[in-house]
Amino acid sequence: MGVFLFLSSGLFLGWSLGANDAANVFGTAVGTRMVRFRTAAVVCSVFIVLGAVISGAGAAHTLGRLGAVNALAGSFTVALSAALTTYWMTRLKLPVSTSQAIVGAIIGWNFYTSAVTDASSLTKIVTTWIACPLLSAAVAVVMMVALRFAVGRLRPHLLVLDAWTRLGLLAVGAFGSYSLGANNIANVMGVFVPDNPFRDVEFGGFTLSGGQLLFALGGIAIGVGVFTYSERVMRTVGGGLLRLSPLAALVVVLAQSVTLFLFASEGLQHALASRGLPTFPLVPVSSSQAVIGAIIGIGVLRGGRGIRYGVLGEISLGWAATPVLAGALAFVLLFVVDNVFDQQVSRPVAYRIDQAVIAELEARGIRDQGLAGLEGRLRTNSVRLKHDLRESTKLKPDQILTVIEVARLGAWRVDAAVIATELDREWLTSEQLHAVRSLVGRDYRRSWELRRDLAAASAEWRPRPASTVNRVHNKELEKKLEYLETLFQVAETRESPDGASGEPADAGAGFVPR
Amino acid sequence: MPLFKSTQMLATQIDEFLDTVAEGGIVFKDGVHAYLDGDRGRFDERILAIVALEHRADDLSKAIETHLYRNSLIPEHRGDVLGLLETTDTIIDTAKTSLLQFSVEQPGIPPEFAADFRNLAAASAGAIEAVVISARVFFRDPEAVKDHLFKVTHYEREADAVSDSLKRKVFAGGLDLAHKIHLRYFALNVEKVSDRAKEVADRLAIYAIKRSI
Repeated sequence: MGVFLFLSSGLFLGWSLGANDAANVFGTAVGTRMVRFRTAAVVCSVFIVLGAVISGAGAAHTLGRLGAVNALAGSFTVALSAALTTYWMTRLKLPVSTSQAIVGAIIGWNFYTSAVTDASSLTKIVTTWIACPLLSAAVAVVMMVALRFAVGRLRPHLLVLDAWTRLGLLAVGAFGSYSLGANNIANVMGVFVPDNPFRDVEFGGFTLSGGQLLFALGGIAIGVGVFTYSERVMRTVGGGLLRLSPLAALVVVLAQSVTLFLFASEGLQHALASRGLPTFPLVPVSSSQAVIGAIIGIGVLRGGRGIRYGVLGEISLGWAATPVLAGALAFVLLFVVDNVFDQQVSRPVAYRIDQAVIAELEARGIRDQGLAGLEGRLRTNSVRLKHDLRESTKLKPDQILTVIEVARLGAWRVDAAVIATELDREWLTSEQLHAVRSLVGRDYRRSWELRRDLAAASAEWRPRPASTVNRVHNKELEKKLEYLETLFQVAETRESPDGASGEPADAGAGFVPR
Repeated sequence: MPLFKSTQMLATQIDEFLDTVAEGGIVFKDGVHAYLDGDRGRFDERILAIVALEHRADDLSKAIETHLYRNSLIPEHRGDVLGLLETTDTIIDTAKTSLLQFSVEQPGIPPEFAADFRNLAAASAGAIEAVVISARVFFRDPEAVKDHLFKVTHYEREADAVSDSLKRKVFAGGLDLAHKIHLRYFALNVEKVSDRAKEVADRLAIYAIKRSI
């Protein structure tokens, strides 16, 4: 029951997303009166749920790297902060990005719990915030020019053009809703995946995994948001920034959907990589930024006439304010939840550099004289370790992150019972499964030791040489390895502070990485 | 697919409406000519025809309007299209009224003015034909509408010129004043049809620009 209470903030976040972001998919169609709001809401909701359930897992990975929120009360507070921020922005009629809100909230959590934020992931997402509207604007300009040319050539009857545009708006809106569900469900439910209360359900020959049920619930929450609170945001997007023609409305949603597809499709990434072509980064992108970018693209094509720069300024301000507000709110709410309600908002994670760590780092090509000086001390937060590494070594920022990862302590046990009852055997190859079974009974203190033994047991657990073609394979392998780490993690391992100058371990409690 | 079936039906109705107006123009011209020829049978036939055409145009206009509103079609141009249909409908209304006036008042047109009346009716009918073509083009190729609208202007100016010349001749002649005024009234009546066509053309020019943006 407690889990469901915590989930409620994720559902609130889903509702906020539906009321704000999801409206962007059909905003131009409803704003130009080409599609009735009710029709748009039905199509949007159905396809959001389908996208969330069928291909929702794709974009969760990058967000996870920002710093996994490892306690349920923390997830609750992070999601609540993001939801409140998004809701407030929706009240102000500003189309904002839920990605921005949740990233800001997670960074707030990182600050509160003294966890290191992966700067490269953050930079990647910030880059996408700029790239997404720019790409969307460029796509919109190209599409508008092409469509105008085609219409000029084909000269369809006004009514036929109207019918095709209407159909296109519905079809592209459905496609956009599917992409929205697939892309943003990770934002809504991603932080709850480690604490998922659902188990697999079978009916009529179909099996819905616990993850799919969790994502379906999130999708339904988004759908409710679309129905109950998105209409006025739709009207704002559909005409507030720029008065659009129905054809331009179609181009906007088409450009937006294509942009979301480019940034979220693993299949496209693999297809491009296998042909030696450059790929798009898979990150949670914002439909708001894509749609605003596309509208601006149309406006620029008209010579900048008709763009309401005041509205654009407000929207930009909303984009900038959203992560900051969400982060600040998360920090304050985490303090309240932690100290007033006495809920654990993060699980302590310990780090120690020892000979095994130094040997592993050397195997990964990371050597530094200063590492030996940090040996033996137990640290209970990554920010302190990062600080020490900066002080004592000449390692680069990405190398420091690797050291933190390798030095992280935890407890894993390859349990035969877990393999028999919980392991998704269909996801693994028979050789991978055989390798996992060969490790039954072993205990690990570090996740990379488990990975090392798996790689030694089977070539199918070894990553292929880094290349664009192998990227998808290695990514899939990484997902499986992370899955095993979560599966075999055991909750309790005690470690006493043993370094003379080490910080005390957290209140005698055990530490559980992740 | 129901959406396209309905669209096709509506496009057909609009075409039929424009056909009706265009036919009304031909009937109007022929009716005036029949009157001038003194062919009473053909004239009465044309009266009946134009009344029927005007009713048909009214029915089609109402049906199209209802369909457009009920199905929320062409939201951006609905007002323009309905305005176009409404003003186009006034052309056939005016033509019918004009022809009926001939039937009711039976003006005595001296033979020396008959040619001018014929030319006036032909210019008005030409304006109707040109504006109907422009309206058809509006639905498919708004950029090309202006290429047809100049013909409407041409016919309307021609009608103005013929009417002006006719009126001058009438008032310079030796007819009594009541007869002169009666003939002027009929010249204005026939000319008015081309004025209505010009009004539609003026609207169409704006609608076409709006569609092109």
